[in-house]
Amino acid sequence: MSEHDHHHDHDHDHPRLTDAELRVRALESLLVEKGLVDRPALDALIDLYETKVGPRNGAQVVARAWIDPAYKAWLLRDATAAIAEMGFRGRQGEDMVALENTPGVHNMVVCTLCSCYPWTVLGLPPVWYKSAPYRSRAVIEPRAVLAEFGVVLPEETEVRVWDSTAELRYLVLPMRPEGTAGMDVEQLAELVTRDSMIGTGVARRPGDAS
Amino acid sequence: MNGAHDLGGMHGFGPIDPEPNEPVFHAEWEERCFATTLAAGFLGRWNIDMSRFARERMPPVEYLQTGYYEHWLHGLETLLVERGLVSAEELASGRAAGPAEPGLRKLGADQVLSVIFKGGKARVHEDVPAKLAPGDRVRVRNHHPYGHTRAPRYVRGHVGTIDRDHGVFVFPDTHAVDGQKKPQHVYAVRFEARELWGPQGGRRDAVYLDLWDDYLDPA
Repeated sequence: MSEHDHHHDHDHDHPRLTDAELRVRALESLLVEKGLVDRPALDALIDLYETKVGPRNGAQVVARAWIDPAYKAWLLRDATAAIAEMGFRGRQGEDMVALENTPGVHNMVVCTLCSCYPWTVLGLPPVWYKSAPYRSRAVIEPRAVLAEFGVVLPEETEVRVWDSTAELRYLVLPMRPEGTAGMDVEQLAELVTRDSMIGTGVARRPGDAS
Repeated sequence: MNGAHDLGGMHGFGPIDPEPNEPVFHAEWEERCFATTLAAGFLGRWNIDMSRFARERMPPVEYLQTGYYEHWLHGLETLLVERGLVSAEELASGRAAGPAEPGLRKLGADQVLSVIFKGGKARVHEDVPAKLAPGDRVRVRNHHPYGHTRAPRYVRGHVGTIDRDHGVFVFPDTHAVDGQKKPQHVYAVRFEARELWGPQGGRRDAVYLDLWDDYLDPA
């Protein structure tokens, strides 16, 4: 299924470029030649999403909500504003909704039709989130999917799957782990995994391997 | 459209297979494809719904055999030609036959942060009456348009309950065609798992979808 599966039939000493590599190179140089895109702008976009916008943003939001009840209430009432106040806003986070996980309700997020994802707080989505197995199965057998991530929930816990079909973007607020009393916001943020904010994981406990 | 992108509820794709310590991009061409798509989008010749529809129109067999950024590449090539920014000949040769049409403003590196942090709002600040209210029982219309739609097949014809009203948004089905916004309310609608999947759905579990007024009728 991946781009790596193509063109294994070459017999050169050096690897042949895949169809996608060739097309992207040709397209970029064509658009630059026509004055439609600017290479430094492309570099800046890549750098932004490789080094600055990522799940550490969301982890800071979650950790603050864990220690600050007023902030948590704001986040659950108006996630867009509460998240913007932390400096995280813009593309693919224009309208945010926060979903609180509790012992009784476990939320998880999918986009079955494409791969909508809250870029402002989680960065760009991982391959599994964009791929057919997760997109097909999350809605019909969420508990089996969660089990593959090592999350086994009690029968009494209600599983809510949110299929992001519109321009709302969902951030799961995972449960604060036990054994974290007295930890500060930076220490708590270290426990907040990307998957716990998608709802396919839970936050790490102190001392768990990262 | 009933395309290969509409994956919810399908069987046979296998395990999820997460990659530990996954990089943001897996190859240079993915980075370039990502950035070129965003930069070309800022030329203003298409909107996000047109982008999604261009990816969805990839032939189904091809869609399922390729990855995310190949879908993006297909969509970008399709839109560039359809909107007349490049010709099919230029795309095939990789060489410009002439300059771009005048008046287009390319994204500069110094604008990247501001345009990304500004985002592109699909919310419409217009006073449009809501047809439905939280608590209402609704049935998703059983419609199979050839064009773009955001009501997945697995929910059509099924009955759910309005959980919350998100407010007024652009309607993707028309926005993808000619940019017509047709602003209307979007609701989070709760469907019991057993309503969608029968006895194999979890007894207490539910699926929530964001759906527009035009997709819904009172049940």
